[in-house]
Amino acid sequence: MALSGLFLIVFLLQHFSINLMSVFSADLFNEVSHFMGTNSVIQYALQPVLIFGVIFHLTMGMYLEAKNRGARPQKYAYNKAGASASWMSRNMIITGIMVMLFLGLHFYDFWFPEIKIKFIDGDWSGMENGAYRYWDHTHHKFVDPIRVGLYCAAFVFLALHLLHGFQSAFQSMGWRHQKYTPVVEKVGYAYAIIIPLGFIVIALYHHLIH
Amino acid sequence: MSVLNSKVPEGPIKDKWTNHKNKINLVNPANKRLIDVIVVGTGLAGGAAAASLAEMGYKVKAFCFQDSPRRAHSIAAQGGINAAKNYQNDGDSVYRLFYDTVKGGDYRGREANVYRLAEVSANIIDQCVAQGVPFAREYGGLLDNRSFGGVLVSRTFYAKGQTGQQLLLGAYSAMNRQIGKGKIEMFNRHEMLDLVVVDGKARGIIVRNHVNGEISRHSAHAVVLATGGYGNVFFLSTNAMGSNVTAAWKAHKKGAFFANPCYTQIHPTCIPRSGDYQSKLTLMSESLRNDGRIWVPKNIEDVEAIRSGKKKPTELSEDERDYYLERRYPAFGNLVPRDVASRAAKERCDAGYGVNQTGEAVYLDFSSAIQRYGKEAATVKGEKNATKERITELGEEVVRTKYGNLFQMYEKIVDDNPYKTPMMIYPAVHYTMGGLWVDYNLMTTIPGCYAAGEANFSDHGANRLGASALMQGLADGYFVLPYTIGDYLADEIRTGPISTDTPEFEAAEKAVRGQLETLMNIQGTKSVDHFHKRLGKVMWDKVGMSRNAQGLTEAIAEIRQIREEFWKDVKIPGGLNEFNPELAKATKVADFLELGELFAVDALSRNESCGGHFREESVELDGEQKGEAKRDDVNFKYVAAWEWNEDPGAANLHKEELEFKDIELKQRSYK
Amino acid sequence: MSEKGMNLTLKIWRQKDSKSKGKMETYPVTNISEHMSFLEMLDVLNEQLVEEGKEPVAFDHDCREGICGMCSLHINGEAHGPDRRVTTCQLHMRMFNDGDTIHIEPWRAKAFPVIKDLIVDRSAFDRIQHAGGFISVNTSGNTIDANAIPIEKEDADEAFNAATCIGCGACVASCKNASAMLFVGAKISQFSLLPQGQVEAKNRALNMVKQMDLEGFGNCTNTGACEVQCPKGISLDNIARMNRDFLSASVKK
Repeated sequence: MALSGLFLIVFLLQHFSINLMSVFSADLFNEVSHFMGTNSVIQYALQPVLIFGVIFHLTMGMYLEAKNRGARPQKYAYNKAGASASWMSRNMIITGIMVMLFLGLHFYDFWFPEIKIKFIDGDWSGMENGAYRYWDHTHHKFVDPIRVGLYCAAFVFLALHLLHGFQSAFQSMGWRHQKYTPVVEKVGYAYAIIIPLGFIVIALYHHLIH
Repeated sequence: MSVLNSKVPEGPIKDKWTNHKNKINLVNPANKRLIDVIVVGTGLAGGAAAASLAEMGYKVKAFCFQDSPRRAHSIAAQGGINAAKNYQNDGDSVYRLFYDTVKGGDYRGREANVYRLAEVSANIIDQCVAQGVPFAREYGGLLDNRSFGGVLVSRTFYAKGQTGQQLLLGAYSAMNRQIGKGKIEMFNRHEMLDLVVVDGKARGIIVRNHVNGEISRHSAHAVVLATGGYGNVFFLSTNAMGSNVTAAWKAHKKGAFFANPCYTQIHPTCIPRSGDYQSKLTLMSESLRNDGRIWVPKNIEDVEAIRSGKKKPTELSEDERDYYLERRYPAFGNLVPRDVASRAAKERCDAGYGVNQTGEAVYLDFSSAIQRYGKEAATVKGEKNATKERITELGEEVVRTKYGNLFQMYEKIVDDNPYKTPMMIYPAVHYTMGGLWVDYNLMTTIPGCYAAGEANFSDHGANRLGASALMQGLADGYFVLPYTIGDYLADEIRTGPISTDTPEFEAAEKAVRGQLETLMNIQGTKSVDHFHKRLGKVMWDKVGMSRNAQGLTEAIAEIRQIREEFWKDVKIPGGLNEFNPELAKATKVADFLELGELFAVDALSRNESCGGHFREESVELDGEQKGEAKRDDVNFKYVAAWEWNEDPGAANLHKEELEFKDIELKQRSYK
Repeated sequence: MSEKGMNLTLKIWRQKDSKSKGKMETYPVTNISEHMSFLEMLDVLNEQLVEEGKEPVAFDHDCREGICGMCSLHINGEAHGPDRRVTTCQLHMRMFNDGDTIHIEPWRAKAFPVIKDLIVDRSAFDRIQHAGGFISVNTSGNTIDANAIPIEKEDADEAFNAATCIGCGACVASCKNASAMLFVGAKISQFSLLPQGQVEAKNRALNMVKQMDLEGFGNCTNTGACEVQCPKGISLDNIARMNRDFLSASVKK
């Protein structure tokens, strides 16, 4: 869990950086997107690893949750779980499932169309009406306020997930020390808030400049 | 000639143990696998013995009534463990530890046993460190020591205020290793309810499984009882709620002599009682007397003002305080032995100077220590002009590292901050020096039945020094019993497996079932605790810190009365063949009600004051020692070993005369 | 002495034995002094039940000074109740108010089956330690001198802190996953922090973790509830240390 989580954290940072370019320069965003979409190392080596990482994280998460629930077949009649642990840490499965549902929408919006164009239609040019389609494609998706709302909500869940997940991954790997653990915690909080917030800003930006 | 043969080896005292070990019979490894040993109790003595015997190759069955061997009451020992290591270079030696222990025990212990204890003490520390017991260390990485009552050297090793816990976890880990290998079969939540004697030898036990009430028989070539002390006969004591005398008492009724039952240690530093609902008393480690000063107000008016809440103890100036231990015993001051400190507290409280509502409390004050440590720390830190507040802060920090957990415990129980206001303490029943009579090999008067640790009477005489119980438990369990038991078992190699299908086992099981059924069938009107509390009150009032012939005679009659009522009127709900805590308690109280009487009988017959046993009839009438306990070596220099005779009060007295060849008998003085 | 005691409503789990189905029952108690410990309050209830001819509530307890680790109640939704750094036997009634309703349940975990009422079977903890909770040294006493190997005070103190675990099971009880990692982490750390325990540290971690999994405890998801509820304040550092030992041992095996 921890390793796949850390891997996804790294991926998220990369995803965020590219998305951020869409705010500053459509051309740059297009260039990078085309590179990512057509480079064979990324497409045939990194992409499967990422998909594996996502699926692994999801299935292991669900499996462990089921197993952990099984470790307490009889629940407490009266429990005050909040007295000793944060909501985030206790509800990773909920925030995780919300992010997973979002991933479905996200794939439907972007990944499936890309795959269709490249692998079914066989069009690897990245062009549409004489120009790169990536920025336009992204930009148009954020017209619909409901979709923007869903995206923003999903990022909130992502933030909650990361608020616990970031430092939890370090703890699970045994990387804990009185000197650097407080730093890890601070970086974790910063990451868990800044990255999802950034995604929200990007989504809102595209929605608002229409 | 007495029927008691202590089997103390010949020769000079310092060679006795070595010579004995060299001459003792051994069992060869192949034969050990065929020999069963039962160990009852898994505290320091039992746990250490079970682990050692299993390591040596015997087939061991271990029993404890707790849900895990790690919970035996040795775990609650706080202060430390003595050992003659002389790491502090303060002149300590085996002889000095031996001498202090004999003197501390008021010359009522057996010299040879005590010397052996002192001799193996250093090995205990080596052994425990090798097992990973995290003793306190200094910054240089070496082991730290502190001092305890009744001695003038620093020889106590400790692990904060949880030394017993750490040592027990060490013994438990040694057991775990053997349980994991299948060499020890462990029975948790099992209570021994009888000893089975076949042809005069201990051959097994009858136990009840607390979980389902099942009674079962277990046979062995030898039975080791390491079942602790019987302080709970007082109902209120620092013992765990489950601590009991049953195993030892059943052995006594099967022929093991019970020695010196009246020797009880009343520990001076316990948290005072707060109400009638109180279920137990909590000890504050004696180590606190290293740094705490004990006092009561000098003037009775101040006592009244404090009791009514008009004055706070911190408002009293130095000359309004009576540091009575420092006043009476300038040489040892606050570090006099436990019996002396307890009696002195009682004397002040009886005179009306007790500082709480019940009039049964004295102060244990850390303010001088906090100031002293604070100044030291400020000097070390180079803070020359430290304010009083800063010094207090630094001093509290030092005290916190030394006794933090004890202070926290006090604060949780009493709801008062002991860093700011002095602690209130009062003596409470803590340890019983008496127990099953054993010879030098730790064998009781029943061949094949051994007693180790607090369960036997051996090493502490009439008063135990602080930090010596852990030492004795581990010495018996790790280093003494595993050797000496071989001497007996060497003759057992031809016995073969012992069947539990014999008339003796049958009869013992039947008797146990009969007793349990009788108890269940009484269905009277009063709870078990009702009787236990009444017994406790009689014991405390008349067989407690100070005793006299009249009170003891009354106590004997009253205990008999309570016992009679118990067997007519106790009410035990629930069933026989199920988890039934009330029934379990009832079996224990039934035995306490018998032991209590023998206890008083013993106290009555010993018309002298020695150690924890104080007879009002026997005090120094004049001179420097006026008012102090007066020992009578002419008439009472013996171990009183009582033989069961159908009724606890009718027990036959056998005397083991004590010989003091290496230590001159003297009036104990801590002045 | 408090003049007037509290009146309380207790809701307590009653279960005849491991096979029966249990349920919560309600009992009133009156005139409870604030100076009583929680278990003394239950003593009062039991005395009352015995007088009424009813079966008293069974609960584990022994030393009543917070060190044996026998007591084990889930009180008002928290292991060992609302106070911190105390066991149930050290919890005092001054933490409660007149008129309160108090819920009392046994530890809940698959690995801790209920034996009766509030008593659970924690022998799983023992079995984990049989698998490796020791340093393999015989008890002959013929080891090296205790001061032959100086041990850094910090390591000795850390080992001691880990060793203060009383094995009560509050970590399991308070963990949403009924995980025993704080307990096992403490037991592993206690030895692995000392030079004499380092030698077999890898095998110890592997064997104890394996047994822990076999017992049916859940996994650690780092909620940190165990550390908060632990009466002895055992630190999460111990879980990290165990993870480290376990991972490196797994890689090397």
